[in-house]
Amino acid sequence: MSTPVIRLLGIGKRFGARQVLRGIQADVKPGAIVSLVGASGSGKTTLLRCLNGLETIDSGRIQIAGHTVEPNPSDAALTQLRADVGMVFQDYQLFPHLTVLDNLCLAPQIVRKVARPDAEKRARALLEQVGLGDRHGSRPSELSGGQKQRVALARALAQDVKVLLLDEPTSALDARTRDEIVGILRDLVKGSGEPLTVLLVTHDLHLAETLSDEVWTLVDGQLSHVKA
Amino acid sequence: MWLAASVAHAGDLADVKARGELRWGGDLQGGEPYVFEDEQQPGKIKGFEVEIADALAQKLGVRAKFMQNDWSNLVPALERGDFDVILNGLEETPERRQRIRLSTPYYTYGETLTVRAGSKLASLADLEGKRVGTLNQTVANDILKASPVEVVLYEGQQEPYMDLAKGRTDAVLLDHVIADRYGCVLPELRCLPDDVARGHYVLGMGKSAPALEDAINRALAALQRSGELERILTRWKLWDSRQKPAKVVATGATPAPSGAPSVASPPEAAVAPAPAPARHFGRGHALLFLQGALVTLLVSLFSFALASPLGIALAIMRLYTGRPGRWLAAAYVEVFRGTPLLLQLYVLYFGLADVIRLDPMTAAILGLALNYGAYEAEVYRGALCSVPHGQTEAARALGLSRWQALRHVVFPQALRTALPAVTNDFVALLKDSSLISVITVVELTKRMTILAVELRDWITPGLSCAALYFVMSFPLARWARRIERRLEPMQAPASDADVGGAA
Repeated sequence: MSTPVIRLLGIGKRFGARQVLRGIQADVKPGAIVSLVGASGSGKTTLLRCLNGLETIDSGRIQIAGHTVEPNPSDAALTQLRADVGMVFQDYQLFPHLTVLDNLCLAPQIVRKVARPDAEKRARALLEQVGLGDRHGSRPSELSGGQKQRVALARALAQDVKVLLLDEPTSALDARTRDEIVGILRDLVKGSGEPLTVLLVTHDLHLAETLSDEVWTLVDGQLSHVKA
Repeated sequence: MWLAASVAHAGDLADVKARGELRWGGDLQGGEPYVFEDEQQPGKIKGFEVEIADALAQKLGVRAKFMQNDWSNLVPALERGDFDVILNGLEETPERRQRIRLSTPYYTYGETLTVRAGSKLASLADLEGKRVGTLNQTVANDILKASPVEVVLYEGQQEPYMDLAKGRTDAVLLDHVIADRYGCVLPELRCLPDDVARGHYVLGMGKSAPALEDAINRALAALQRSGELERILTRWKLWDSRQKPAKVVATGATPAPSGAPSVASPPEAAVAPAPAPARHFGRGHALLFLQGALVTLLVSLFSFALASPLGIALAIMRLYTGRPGRWLAAAYVEVFRGTPLLLQLYVLYFGLADVIRLDPMTAAILGLALNYGAYEAEVYRGALCSVPHGQTEAARALGLSRWQALRHVVFPQALRTALPAVTNDFVALLKDSSLISVITVVELTKRMTILAVELRDWITPGLSCAALYFVMSFPLARWARRIERRLEPMQAPASDADVGGAA
């Protein structure tokens, strides 16, 4: 239908002598859920991290959520990009010194300069959505793994991102919790006003098949198989 | 038993003869002309007192052996048996004569008042309310304490005159031997011609050494009769009209057995006042202690309030800025951590006096802050490094800039890690602040040493001093522990059993 929200135009990335990504070429439509699978060390996580500039690319160009990433990007450009592209880390990386609510409010208040009452209102709504409405005052260390994952999701969405990047969102969770997360993800994609595009890295082929519109397989730094 | 016996006997004539050496105590820091290190031959000492010691030892048929000791502690060290005699510009006072045995005089000094060249101050009477420098444990200090002036105490002989020249004090009162060499020679200063008082340098010997006292007095008399003492003093340019009356005493050989001062009053002498010392730790002393504790506390608080932000800034420079910033911060830390605090204080207060003239309190606070800043820098650097890199990435992934990530995510966590070490450093600073007495600030420890010597008791002042330090540091440690606990996220990890339970 519309123009792709993500365009990968010949992405190359090397770590020292090792070429990790070799000319990745792909488009993602708005509102799509894309799973990125592949063997360990195939470059899945690296590709994901390139999409919000946590890793710099050596060649090619990325267009994402209206921003362009090229080799040697400026810090300011990346900061702008990241306000539109949320990320959930494999180990969540919640801020241990802040409450759950403050974890969600931090970025909107600082990056988007949202007033505290507004940021809090949005955060509470998101916490309701992920089923943690009653845990806003808790510290991350008081939460279970599944609860942390849901807080991390809510935090990534707290500033109305257009693209959500998820690194192994279910790897540390048991089957039941995994299904809950999948359900929440589906609701989030459907429920958001603007279409939310999701790119997730996973080892879990079942998850990839059931959740996503497309499954990309990375082999030797190249997209060998794109299944729509 | 053996120890007690050996201490009790240390220093009497029989021991000196048996040992074959006369151990004499003095302080090389006293400098020229008393006893000081020979700049031509490092390790060798010289001075008029070295020559007197050699001459006396020769008369006793033994060798002289110099024992270095902090000047203000010479009397307690003698009593401990560290050496046999004190021979180092020890002034004759009734108070000292009660405590130890004093010989007949070997030198007569005049207390000389030194002022700035253009000053109108002409006598002790003009000094009311003025700041007057001198050395601790001196007759000059006793005279000043009995006068309505603000006394500023120094550790070395040059510093009082340097500070006077710089305008930090209004006058200096010290022996003419010191004034002639360190004060009157400076073009900015002028020494008043009339002695404020006169007194004598004598040797000190232990209470339990009557035979040694007798032998020393005989030897001194012999040196005076033979003219050897005059030759030594002349060689050191110390022979002057003041010495004539002392010579008269020499014929009297033995002092009054009662221990009363055998002072031969010089014609115009105003006898040095010796205020009757309080022998017990009283209310006044307690107040002085509290005052000292307050100085210690304020200096520590102010300097730590400066050292902390300095340390944080240095740590951030070392971790988050470009090569020049990193290098500068690293150099700062290494220099200030790698050199003694005492040296830094000296440089800041005396060394840089031509560039910036800091008052003692400011120099003390600044000196401690600069030094502790280096330590805090390392504490905070370690703490910042201990925050997992993933935290910075998570903050950056949310769109925070480098500085925002540092300020809102990394630093608050680092602070929690740093707190125990920071508290520890504050307690260390509280105690290190005692070093500022070298730049004339009288804080708690200095107050304790002054009082201990005055009361001849180290136990009561020492314990009071320790108690005050404890009272200051313990609540801080407790308070820091509370803050730490509040900052700590609750440690109980959720069990896996309730995974997904809330869904």
